[in-house]
Amino acid sequence: MSHRSATTESAPVRWLLITLALLVLSLFLFLPLLAVFVEALRRGTDVFFAALHSPAALSAVQLTLTAAAVSVPLNTVFGVAAAWAVTKHQFRGRALLLSLIDLPFAVSPVIAGLVWVLLFGAQGWFGPWLAEHDIQIIFELPGIILATVFVTFPFVARELIPLMEAQGSDQELAAVTLGASGWQMFRRITLPNIKWGLLYGVLLCNARAMGEFGAVSVVSGHIRGKTNTLPLHIEVLYNEYQFSAAFACATLLGLLALFTLGLKTAVEQITHQRANRRT
Amino acid sequence: MKVLSHCLSALTLALLLTACGKRATSGSTLLNVSYDPTRELYADVNVAFANQWHTAHGTTLKIEQSHGGSGKQARAVIDGLQADVVTLALAGDIDEIARQTKLLPGDWQAKLPSHSAPYTSTIVLVVRKGNPKGIKDWGDLVKDGVQVITPNPKTSGGARWNYLAAWAWAAKEFNGDQAQILAYMTRLFKNVPVLGTGARDSTSTFAKQGKGDVLLAWENEAYLIDREFPGLADIIYPSLSILAEPPVAVVEANAAKHGCSEAARAYLEFLYTDEAQAMVAKHFYRPRKAEIAAQATLRLPELPMVSVDADFGGWAKAQATHFNDGGTFDQVIKP
Repeated sequence: MSHRSATTESAPVRWLLITLALLVLSLFLFLPLLAVFVEALRRGTDVFFAALHSPAALSAVQLTLTAAAVSVPLNTVFGVAAAWAVTKHQFRGRALLLSLIDLPFAVSPVIAGLVWVLLFGAQGWFGPWLAEHDIQIIFELPGIILATVFVTFPFVARELIPLMEAQGSDQELAAVTLGASGWQMFRRITLPNIKWGLLYGVLLCNARAMGEFGAVSVVSGHIRGKTNTLPLHIEVLYNEYQFSAAFACATLLGLLALFTLGLKTAVEQITHQRANRRT
Repeated sequence: MKVLSHCLSALTLALLLTACGKRATSGSTLLNVSYDPTRELYADVNVAFANQWHTAHGTTLKIEQSHGGSGKQARAVIDGLQADVVTLALAGDIDEIARQTKLLPGDWQAKLPSHSAPYTSTIVLVVRKGNPKGIKDWGDLVKDGVQVITPNPKTSGGARWNYLAAWAWAAKEFNGDQAQILAYMTRLFKNVPVLGTGARDSTSTFAKQGKGDVLLAWENEAYLIDREFPGLADIIYPSLSILAEPPVAVVEANAAKHGCSEAARAYLEFLYTDEAQAMVAKHFYRPRKAEIAAQATLRLPELPMVSVDADFGGWAKAQATHFNDGGTFDQVIKP
């Protein structure tokens, strides 16, 4: 053999490790996903498509998409701003901001839902004022959006911070020296540098926004055909013994996950190619 | 890029504004906040009542449903879930809404016939087919190696009925000796591997996940298991159970705000008609009307039953004694 392998393990050990890894992967990842699709199609394609076409399912899909359509852009803007502030500037409280960004990861989703009930529920801090003005936040779309925004807060910022830290601010400094305005600098220098990382963060943020269960469950009120998101609708169907319908809707979330994974892989490949071309 | 970002922020703002919308006050929708096992019953009732309303008024009435553990649902209404009617598992939960909010009057239970409970039920023991553990009565639940499935009385109304039924049996068995009753309840809950949040949750644990030897369940839920999972379980009637009266009430302030007071009242009164009582029987509840019960295809057996009012001094007292912080349930599950 002309080239030496980086590993010193013998072939059997290597194969054993690879087999183990594949076994665990298929047991914990592939098998559950397969089960979802098998269960969904157990009673035939008619039941499958009927479940996806029911008014309650369509409303759940619509609600899920709306919640994601609002929370993902909001968190994208916030994530870029936060990552920018934390990596390009030194200021007092920077460490605190960094840990605050991670807060939604650390807090249980149930708490993430309950805080909104405490604030905006009928017995909450702002409850009487909201009731007086006939504004409903909890158990309506705004509450669901708030919970989703809270839970998906860190995804974009967390993705960008290491990236922007590694890039440093040399290029931005050069741009400013050459007379670029703040916006020009952001558009021409910063954004192109972070765009693939940003896209990756947005994808993860979106996947979580559509799949969130715990926090949304607390503020939803579970009104059928109105405030049930797709994950909540799946639970309702499951509890009504409509297993095939429940798994049919679960395939939608499953497909979303696969789609996200595919996009993520594509994004990673593009980033790699660009990195290789540069060196 | 600039245009894009402007579009994005405009879109966000627009969505947020529409999101803060107010609920339609035209009185064309009705929200029924109910407990877990009534899903199938109200699916039928809602269609029938909407048809009747359409015939009588010429307008379309949309009835929305929300289901969950009874205590959890009451909590949601207290926190602002816009229920026009509540159809919960026990009077104590509606009392709690009346106590904590001004949404309905304290004497809500006097507004409709039969303590505002248009149907009744009881608590039974559901065992695996053929009853391999030989469960015949409450006393068998504390045997070694018997796993009992019941939801958490803190969140579930059904669980509170389960708890009081077991307590009533123990009280009779031990001649009201408090220490012995508590010892029995403690041993019973030692045999409970998991406390679900609602009745339906526990049914799934027992029926779908195959966990446990006995499920303490609503009678109607027990027959539903038999229908959904034929050949899985047998229903055992214990020597003594409890008369469960799931009450209904108009959440008057909400209904008035939404302009649907009339529809809300008519909806609950509809539950006492022959048509709705037949649906009640069909879904294995016990109708208030004896003649409807007699016509039902499935005759539910008579059994000795205690009642909360006669034997536990009403829900307010039962709640305080058994389920509030520091009540007997807290002592029973204390590690």
